[in-house]
Amino acid sequence: MELTRRMFLKTSGIGLLALGLPPSFLVRAAAAEAERKNKVLVVVFQRGGMDGLNAVIPFKDRAYYALRPTIALAEPGSGSDRAIDLDGFYALHPALAPLKPLFAAGRLAVVHAAGSPDNSRSHFDAQDYMETGTPGVKSIRDGWLNRLLQYGAAGGPLRAAAVTFRMPRILAGDAPALTLTSVEEFRLRDPLLAPALEQRYANVSDPLLRKSAAGLFDAMRTLQATGALSAPPSKEAYPSGRFGASLKQIAALVKSQVGLEIAFTEVDGWDTHVGEGGASGQMANRLKEFGEGLATFARDLGEHIEDVVVVTLSEFGRTARENGNRGTDHGHGNVMFVMGGKVKGGKVYGRWPGLDPDALYEGRDLALTTDFRAVCGEVLARHLGRTELDKIFPAYRAPAPLGIVT
Amino acid sequence: MALTEDQKIRHFLGRASFGATAAEIEKVKAKGIPAYLEEQLEPDRLPDPLVEEKLKSLKTLSLSGSELLELYPPQQQAAAKGMTPARDQSPRFVIAELQRAKILRAVYSARQLQEVMIDFWTNHFNVFAAKGVDRWLVTEYERETIRPRALGRFRDLLLATAQSPAMLFYLDNWLSSSPDAALSRARTGNGAIRKGGINENYARELMELHTLGVDGGYTQKDVGEVARCFTGWTIRQPRGRPEFLFDSRMHDRGAKTVLGTTIAAGGGVEDGIKVVELLASHPSTARFISTKLVRRFVRDDPPAALVARAADVFRDSGGDMKAVLRAIFSAPEFFSPEAVGAKIKKPIELIASALRAAGGETDAAQPILRHLVAMGEPLFLSVPPTGFPDVAATWTSPDMLLARINFAIDLTANRIRGTRIKAGAATALALAAPEFQVR
Repeated sequence: MELTRRMFLKTSGIGLLALGLPPSFLVRAAAAEAERKNKVLVVVFQRGGMDGLNAVIPFKDRAYYALRPTIALAEPGSGSDRAIDLDGFYALHPALAPLKPLFAAGRLAVVHAAGSPDNSRSHFDAQDYMETGTPGVKSIRDGWLNRLLQYGAAGGPLRAAAVTFRMPRILAGDAPALTLTSVEEFRLRDPLLAPALEQRYANVSDPLLRKSAAGLFDAMRTLQATGALSAPPSKEAYPSGRFGASLKQIAALVKSQVGLEIAFTEVDGWDTHVGEGGASGQMANRLKEFGEGLATFARDLGEHIEDVVVVTLSEFGRTARENGNRGTDHGHGNVMFVMGGKVKGGKVYGRWPGLDPDALYEGRDLALTTDFRAVCGEVLARHLGRTELDKIFPAYRAPAPLGIVT
Repeated sequence: MALTEDQKIRHFLGRASFGATAAEIEKVKAKGIPAYLEEQLEPDRLPDPLVEEKLKSLKTLSLSGSELLELYPPQQQAAAKGMTPARDQSPRFVIAELQRAKILRAVYSARQLQEVMIDFWTNHFNVFAAKGVDRWLVTEYERETIRPRALGRFRDLLLATAQSPAMLFYLDNWLSSSPDAALSRARTGNGAIRKGGINENYARELMELHTLGVDGGYTQKDVGEVARCFTGWTIRQPRGRPEFLFDSRMHDRGAKTVLGTTIAAGGGVEDGIKVVELLASHPSTARFISTKLVRRFVRDDPPAALVARAADVFRDSGGDMKAVLRAIFSAPEFFSPEAVGAKIKKPIELIASALRAAGGETDAAQPILRHLVAMGEPLFLSVPPTGFPDVAATWTSPDMLLARINFAIDLTANRIRGTRIKAGAATALALAAPEFQVR
């Protein structure tokens, strides 16, 4: 049984060796660890409100074409400008072509008409609601990914990481979590200063500063101890930009087995009020980066994909009807993607509410038939084996499972 | 326990400026806080020769949008003209000079409170400077729209932003036109008109972020009605003559109802002005702006009683910022021990206060700007219309703390090109310590 780096950490292996404890202890623990497997959840937030109707096109619903005279995607057929058929009813935007093989291989599932049930069309409220996991309730301050950490068994300092500059609301809260934009640059430029600073911050009364510092110094130690800093860089060519770079960091953390369980990243630019475009243009460019990013991530993970599930969120969909500027305004129902080795993919989940005038939400938007918490809750339960869903998503009663994770 | 006079002065300067300097502390000691505040509230009477000297070499700062478009043309346009622009002729250079000017003013200006308020309003009325033609418009927006009104009446600032080409472009209102098919036209980049329709982006953010606040009592119906009022508020020619224009051909002439008030048909450009008046004098606006100001100057979690008093002053004074600031800076809540050191410095505040405390010299060029980016505040480049938030949770992740510590290390080792502090003026430990991250 190979000793994993994670194992080494979880048992404070370095300390044990220093104390001269018998290595057999480590071997036994490592065996138990290997059975429990290191499951990872990756959440991707598409900020700005992705236009789900143009990401996964309901081409058999003819109302779609009537509502979108200039930005609709042509139904599947020959030619690279056409949508890519998934199941005879739905089709992928052509810029999402890199995701088609994953769908065909059963590793990618789509949930349509999904999202947050609150009717807010404010980016900031809708994002907050999705991140706190309590749509319509503003008194909840912590994020649902943080509550996931609060109620589970304790983990190492690299257990949860947002690969973003700022701590996102979804991961903010009492449980320690990390932000990290680059593993290679995660070090003090004067390492001699570390002990004095660590001590000063440990005594600070401001909990935010104290926690950030604790997370920082613990994580630096762990990265050094595991050799993650010197791991060979990935050979996969991620799309250029922050999103691809962040997925590359997440893949590196997964592969070097530093104990990562929850990862978060985000990709913005979805607020397509003007000149959204069809097969090419503004949104197509965002989808290309998004699709290539996820496909490259899956490839980069290699066999580790079996232990990873990726879930995508976006605060709301966009108006079913295109606006006067060949774009779309803030709407309601949207599309979620779920990708991973244990995902029952190759299927579009969720009931289709239709796009006829009386089927539209408030007369203008795609209606919602699947709450995002139903999808996330199912992933938490089946993939991470979590049972405290009533605490992670308070006041929410999940419907029957969709069956999206094996 | 009450604060000592010395504590009060340091606390006050920590909030009303980009960081206390030894000289300013002496000045406040001599004058007293109220007299110093009055001086800061009349910035035009305060000579500011140092900043003028520092800004002299930034040649784009005084140019108009159309001049900038001509001198720093977009890449394709330059190529079409057979130009191969040097690095300092690209549109990015315009934004870089704007960022430099902001740092230089934060560090060197004598008119500190004005600069603090300009920072506040620049985020409140955020425009993402890299969105299309806004690359050339934000320089003028900062100089002509925000700067002269930062300590004036809220209504004037609101109207000026509503009519600024930078905001009209950023929140898409310049394209919004009557949904009436016969009149349905929108402008294109070169000033021509094409088929269009309502765009509600500006109308929504105007109420949610600029005035009432998201819980301020408006509905989706109001968003649509306000959008109708602002149809025709557009830009003459975004890439040629970027000026405010009311184009009656794009305007929805019908009657509207906004927040229960009827706006009669045929009002033309007055429809939008009425909406500005309605929103500027709405009690929710007084409360929302006061909450944000108290959050900026006192605590992340603003004391409710102080917010209520500031909102009263806001209403009674017709939205006079000077009156509201006087109320905040004289409040017992402001000088309470709980307020001292309760605010995490934003990155621009951290960098400016470090240089001010250490008597540093900076040219504010790319090397120090890169530190600001690593800490999460690329100036003028906040994509969402919220601007950069003013609460601790935004600025205290492990990664951002690392960036702050590494800034202190690089600064005190004089490893930031273009920026120097005198040997021994400050230690890395002092500038990286928790006490220095707060104000």
